[in-house]
Amino acid sequence: MVYHTSIIGGLIAGVLARIIMLRLDYRQYPTYPHDVITHMALGAIASVIGAVFVPALMLKEYTAVTFLAVAAEQFRNVRNMERETLTKLEENEIVPRGIDYVEGIARTFEARNYLTIFTALLVSGCILWLGWLYAIAVFVLILIIVCYLKTGMVVGDIAEVVLEPLYFEGPFLKISDIYLMNVGYPPDREKILAEGMGVLIKPKDDNGRAILHNFGQRQAIVHTAAALLGTKREVGEPEFTPLARKNIDTGEIGLFILPLEKDFESLRKVIERTPVLESASRKPLDSKAGRIAAD
Amino acid sequence: MDIETKKTILAVITLKPGLVAGGGAPIFIASSREEQEKIAFYLSRIMDAMVHDLDNGVMIVVGH
Repeated sequence: MVYHTSIIGGLIAGVLARIIMLRLDYRQYPTYPHDVITHMALGAIASVIGAVFVPALMLKEYTAVTFLAVAAEQFRNVRNMERETLTKLEENEIVPRGIDYVEGIARTFEARNYLTIFTALLVSGCILWLGWLYAIAVFVLILIIVCYLKTGMVVGDIAEVVLEPLYFEGPFLKISDIYLMNVGYPPDREKILAEGMGVLIKPKDDNGRAILHNFGQRQAIVHTAAALLGTKREVGEPEFTPLARKNIDTGEIGLFILPLEKDFESLRKVIERTPVLESASRKPLDSKAGRIAAD
Repeated sequence: MDIETKKTILAVITLKPGLVAGGGAPIFIASSREEQEKIAFYLSRIMDAMVHDLDNGVMIVVGH
């Protein structure tokens, strides 16, 4: 009977943890109602696996451990499923997310299922050995750790965003000496100058420069900016494609967008709150060689 | 990143026929700057492509 309560407690804790982690996903990925159900179901399965783990060991059912292997396989499939869905949707995105962003989202979904297993396991174990009160305390602690872990770094931590005028040098659209593109049709140039927005993303240190160097990271910034401010880019009209290009001498990024809402403060916030992608995260300053190169 | 490799010149619109020769893309000869811009714009909309200016009287329409 004790085992039953611990299994049920673990299950509830796991599902709750999964719900909370889903809620925090909104910026990464607009979860559609059916997707929410999918992830809830998978979260419940993960919780059951975590919750029965400790009771199974107590009953000396060691073969139960093999279930974890099955679960790991299952959740790798979750990652594949997310990746496939998002990659297919990419084809119809006017401003794509980029492979790195998609991979980051898919990886997050996989990792969160493991966190769910872990939560259920710890909570069910605590119920068995220490009682309900401790179990609740542990649950809250896990939630705090999870929330802290998932915040991650944002672009605002590694760089500052400043408004910078766009200008034309002949047919070349430029921002602070960074070449963006060649626009041949004069009315388009006028439209870009009148309605376009340019910002400079200045890395704060060498780590920031290395992160912004990553093309996937830049695409993620462009995608978020276009998603939230809108873009005048249209199918078959590549002139107004938002772009982020690097100043090869300083590592600064010049970003050009023709938004529907021309509002610098909003654009700055959007860029600053774009997450730093795991695959783009680099820390040259953490190595000795990197520090020598920095000065 | 494979966007970069898929570019092709779909058409060349020139004011000075002597500046372009051969190649795979059709060449349109315009008599004035206005006409050149107009042809370039029409072609770009028809081909879902973008107009680029070589700044020497030659414009190209490039598919991205």
